[in-house]
Amino acid sequence: MLFSLSLIGYYLSTTTYIIFFVTQKKKIRSAARCLLFGAGVLHTVTIISRYFLAGHTPLTTHFDTVSFFAWSMTWAFLSFRWRYQVKNFGTFVSLVISALMTIGALSSQTIAELPPALQSAWLPVHASIAIIADGFMAMGFCSGLMYLLQERELKKKRFGVFYSRLPSLEALDNLIQHCLTVGFPLLTLGIITGSLWAKQAWGAYWHWDPKETWSLITWFLYAAMLHQRFIAGWRGKRAAILAIIGFIAVLFTLWGVTFLLPGVHSYVR
Amino acid sequence: MSVDSILILGVNHKTAPVEVREQLAFTSDPERPFKKLREIPGCSEFCFLSTCNRVEVIFTSPHQMETIRSIKKFLFATSNIKEDDIDNFIYLHRGADAITHLYRVAASLDSMVVGEPQILGQLKDAYRDSADRECTGVILNRLLHKAFSVAKRIRTETNIGGSAVSISYAAVELAKKIFGNLEGKKVLLVGAGEMAELAAEHLVNQGISEVIVANRTLERAVNLAKRFNGKAVGLAELHAQMELVDIMVSSTGASGLILHQEDVKPIMKQRKNRPLFLIDIAVPRDLDPKLNDLDNIYLYDVDDLSQVVEGNKAEREQEALRAERIVTEETLKFLQWIEDMQLTPTIAALRRKADAIAQAELAKTISHCGNLGARDIKSIEKMAGAIINKILHDPILFLKEGHSHEDKRLKLDFTRKIFGLDLEPEKEE
Repeated sequence: MLFSLSLIGYYLSTTTYIIFFVTQKKKIRSAARCLLFGAGVLHTVTIISRYFLAGHTPLTTHFDTVSFFAWSMTWAFLSFRWRYQVKNFGTFVSLVISALMTIGALSSQTIAELPPALQSAWLPVHASIAIIADGFMAMGFCSGLMYLLQERELKKKRFGVFYSRLPSLEALDNLIQHCLTVGFPLLTLGIITGSLWAKQAWGAYWHWDPKETWSLITWFLYAAMLHQRFIAGWRGKRAAILAIIGFIAVLFTLWGVTFLLPGVHSYVR
Repeated sequence: MSVDSILILGVNHKTAPVEVREQLAFTSDPERPFKKLREIPGCSEFCFLSTCNRVEVIFTSPHQMETIRSIKKFLFATSNIKEDDIDNFIYLHRGADAITHLYRVAASLDSMVVGEPQILGQLKDAYRDSADRECTGVILNRLLHKAFSVAKRIRTETNIGGSAVSISYAAVELAKKIFGNLEGKKVLLVGAGEMAELAAEHLVNQGISEVIVANRTLERAVNLAKRFNGKAVGLAELHAQMELVDIMVSSTGASGLILHQEDVKPIMKQRKNRPLFLIDIAVPRDLDPKLNDLDNIYLYDVDDLSQVVEGNKAEREQEALRAERIVTEETLKFLQWIEDMQLTPTIAALRRKADAIAQAELAKTISHCGNLGARDIKSIEKMAGAIINKILHDPILFLKEGHSHEDKRLKLDFTRKIFGLDLEPEKEE
């Protein structure tokens, strides 16, 4: 029930953001922000109530994971907003949030009994850090996409919908970097806490279970990206494409692995 | 006061060629126009506007023929144009037309480059100069202030000033889409021609921090660089300089390309792929068109820029239509105000306002005290009516005993302001 309400809140916010994108009226943007904030608060309440309902951190089912993913993206965006004003970023971010929430709404909301292996204080720490990192990567994906749209119009010298509505290339490039520099340490921390937990639960730091392997691949992708950026100056278009590829890897780690390659993480369904 | 006593007389770029306009330049003595206009009989209020594209006198006058003739004479006093020819160059707007014209000027709809923002500032300065010398009165004060707010409204509600309509503006706009803020960015001018200078000027106005000029003859480079506090280099240093700058404007007279794609590839590596905006305004072109295929390089030549400008012009025409609608609407509002600025409508408005307040308060009071008889209500209503009459008695007397026209107008204006009779019911933001 609560979840449906926040879902509606996100839909409303996204619609308002799209209307703002078309009309560029400031009042509409404020309305969209308020709606997003409201939906974010409702969503927070939803997650807390799931916690009490389940009796443990609600991050073990597919529904909860996706919902928390959307939640962390919402709050990452809202907290980012205070520091970086990026024109029309909200439209793109809210679209992704709504997409995630829709996927959440389509999955089963039944609360599963927590398997003994997962009964640990590591669960909230590891899972939430990993997913919040994903939230920032998702924002990096949005900014990468915006960069490519803007750069295409500048290169082709045909100015359509995006040219006037999107911020400058430099602002978008900086945004990609900001998202990654926050997201990457969190991703690292997520992997470290995971391996510490694995040691405690199964006696070894690393199992090469598909989820672990794929998060490592994702980690290397982002690490290479940041390294190349600082050393060889991979910025602009290349950085934007990499931010998008990185996010696809994140999504594969999240879903592809769960549904295609079974392993110890397959509790998370 | 009838609307028809508001007049505008002047010349602009549409009615008079530059040879005529330059003869009317009022630059030598800033006090002269005010002194002269003040002496003209029947010119009760006026505001004098002089820019490079227009000279206008906005004034109010009861007996007009004579005043108009004197103002014409004043405008053309320094020119060699015969009195009979003057009418070929001037325009005279009266009443609603004058209001519309002023609004259009303020909103830059009457400008040579429609939507250019300077005119509003010039009009504001002109008004301040006239108001400081007490040349304006109730009517023009309100009219000019309205003109400013109409211009602002048009600027916020339409996109009239939104897009660049000259090549150098277009270049600046593109640079902003690539770099965002231009502060701290460097520009390299290759070739020291006039076009390069113009583009550099716009860029410097937008906050570019450093200008470097590269030219075949170093002397010209040094001269141009001096203008922008920049430095001059020889053409041989072109590649080295390209590693450091963000924007390059090329306008040499070279007969072939001066920069090829292969030259720039290694430079981009040195630049760590920082974006580079290349503007080629030379004909024939200086820069290899294939440069645009390299990542993080944005190359625009004259044709590309003109295309941007043309696209913007079409858009501006669309927006201008919307702006004209706003002007019409606001003109009607001002006409209404002029009509209300008479004795009878003002007294009526005053009574209406007082009655409305009394009715609202009565309704509130009566609903609060529940068990009132019909007689009680009647006497409370009577009391309210008496209070209104007694309070309004003196203001109405004060309004009625005006002497001169200007005196009356001041009183009306004052009364309307103090009782808030012209406040618009809904205010946005």
